Amino acid sequence: MTDTYFNELTTQFSYAFLDSETPVPDELYITVKPEACVGICRYLYEKCGASLVSMVGSDERPLNGGFRLYYFFSLPGHGSSVPQGSRSFVNLQMKVDERHPEFTSITPYMPAAHWYEREIQDLLGLKPVGHPDPRRLVLHENWPKGFYPLRKDFDYKTQPPRTSEDFEMKRVEGEGVFEIPVGPVHAGIIEPGHFRFSSVGEKILNLEARLFYKHKGTEKLAEILPFTKGLFLAERICGVCSFSHATSYCQALEKIANIQIPERAHYLRTIFLELERLYNHVGDVGNICAGTGLLVGNAQGMLLKEKLMELNEAITGNRYLRGMNTVGGLRRDLSEEKRILILSTLRQIQKEFKALIDVIMFLSTQRDRLETTGILSQQVARDLGVVGVAARASGLDSDLRRDHPYAAYDKVSFKVPLRTEGDVSARVWIRIEEVFESIRIIEQLLDTLPSGDIRVEVKEIPPYKYALGYTESPRGANIHWIMTAPDSRLYRYKIRSASYVNWPAVPLVVPGNIVPDFPLINKSFNLCYSCTDL
Amino acid sequence: MDQEMIEFQKPEENQEVLRTHLEELGNHLSEKIGKIFGRSLHIREVDSGSCNACEWEITALSNPVYDLERFGIYFVASPRHADVLLVTGPVSRNLYTALLKTYEATPEPKLVIAVGACACSGGLFQKGYASLGGVDKVLPVDVYIPGCPPRPQAILQGLLLAMDKLEQKIRKRNFSDLHEGDTCHRP
Repeated sequence: MTDTYFNELTTQFSYAFLDSETPVPDELYITVKPEACVGICRYLYEKCGASLVSMVGSDERPLNGGFRLYYFFSLPGHGSSVPQGSRSFVNLQMKVDERHPEFTSITPYMPAAHWYEREIQDLLGLKPVGHPDPRRLVLHENWPKGFYPLRKDFDYKTQPPRTSEDFEMKRVEGEGVFEIPVGPVHAGIIEPGHFRFSSVGEKILNLEARLFYKHKGTEKLAEILPFTKGLFLAERICGVCSFSHATSYCQALEKIANIQIPERAHYLRTIFLELERLYNHVGDVGNICAGTGLLVGNAQGMLLKEKLMELNEAITGNRYLRGMNTVGGLRRDLSEEKRILILSTLRQIQKEFKALIDVIMFLSTQRDRLETTGILSQQVARDLGVVGVAARASGLDSDLRRDHPYAAYDKVSFKVPLRTEGDVSARVWIRIEEVFESIRIIEQLLDTLPSGDIRVEVKEIPPYKYALGYTESPRGANIHWIMTAPDSRLYRYKIRSASYVNWPAVPLVVPGNIVPDFPLINKSFNLCYSCTDL
Repeated sequence: MDQEMIEFQKPEENQEVLRTHLEELGNHLSEKIGKIFGRSLHIREVDSGSCNACEWEITALSNPVYDLERFGIYFVASPRHADVLLVTGPVSRNLYTALLKTYEATPEPKLVIAVGACACSGGLFQKGYASLGGVDKVLPVDVYIPGCPPRPQAILQGLLLAMDKLEQKIRKRNFSDLHEGDTCHRP
């Protein structure tokens, strides 16, 4: 699938190519000369319709005497052997010399890269030359200069002394402009982040969000754990996308170990992934009502969510579907009794959810708050590489389940809902439509569930291999990249969650709206802080 | 763990047991709160770096199934109104100051409850460059609620334990106040 692109690129940029390989199907890795990297990235982005899905910095000095940067693109497939509408991954990699720890920033051409590059600067000490906003991102001002946690000579347990330095927030000045600081500890029971609104009266002029309060060193920790324990870590990247992250992790390692998991495991994974989407979306729709003060809708949504959580617990033993995944398949099977339980519960949920929607979504007071609030334009969404519900509500037709089919998604038929308004209402409606699609997917899978084993044993994984693992979580694409080390450990584990790419869009959407609409806009994106901060 | 190892009760029975248990727990707790405070119990939740699962379980306590407020338990927006701090997460380096300030803003006598494996011991994260390894490395913790995440019932059970602890704390404080010759402040 990637051959045609490769041929095209080699003719265009023949002077810049050093090497290429396809370690796993559908992932092409091209090593390029550093000076040509920006040009090739721009070519892929501007001419081929590629989107930047991840960017990884890795300290490979012990292996080949330098740092390495990886740029991951998702490209529309073309050529005769390619199924209509599918996409493939092309990954550029380049070496960064230890003596000159800097690289040319691609942010001016591809805004989607701006956080990746700042993160690489913080954690690896490589300077993105030409980055328009090279402030600190992951490590806050309490972190002293000269310590780079993701370098191999930095030990996970090191705790450098606390320093204090000022962090400069962008300010809006003028007559009647007020600053409203919010957080990191919020009034509600939600995660920590700092928001600073500049407003005139009720109208917001500018919003700056400061995140990464929850940075706990997840990626570094994964490097010292055996791969079996890394799975527990993957499940704890995020509470409510737990199964999605765990599946991404397992899929990457299964690709690296080159094993085929049983068909039944694929089906069951898909069912659990959809159950995860269900409880999240149903809860989110209820939560929107909390933002508009429609408490009946909120209570009803919470009740339906609780029913789905109880279903999760009844079939897997955990309300968050934890402890089910393992590298090589699943740990527990689904009995016939539980299969019927899922079907009957979902039928009931479908009925009740439909009734809830009929009440809450057509009220004039509700529509007044939701419609034309917090509009994310398609251009901004594309520039920032926004994914998931937010992308599909702004007219970006992307869904990993269809574009890069994994697990058993190629065995079922489903629609990918799409809207173009880009407002809060559109994001809520996308979720509503996806709830019904999810139920349809689960029903199809349960009707045709194959029998057989649910896992294959994976004792060890080969060293210095790499692959992507990806899933479409309730919030969007979760893309994990793993490079293995000897003794069945990980050399580098890069987690790119859906929230990570969607967060920068929120502050751009808010200006022009009124302060009381911010919670509503925030809830309509419903992003997770933990999978962003890591 | 093996697939044969855990067989659950029938889901409906399981839920039945849990619901009955919830009522008993809640009523017991409500009685205790009434005795100690003569008003409802005010809780402030602080996230010090959790994965969000603990937050959702605490939020679930307010849904119509658990409906915590009927037992006289209320989540407040500011630590200045709180009797109890529920802290989740292993305390990330970037939240250390925020957690300390929240604690300092909470009036005495106050209780700190560590919710979830990370808050209790650092969990999977332990002590690292960005994780301080548990709430008790930073604040005095009165009650630990283990679990990843703890179920809503477990959090209720933890609150019940916390009330016993608070009773002791108040008794001790009143006694020491008297001892020093100060006037006795009844809560």
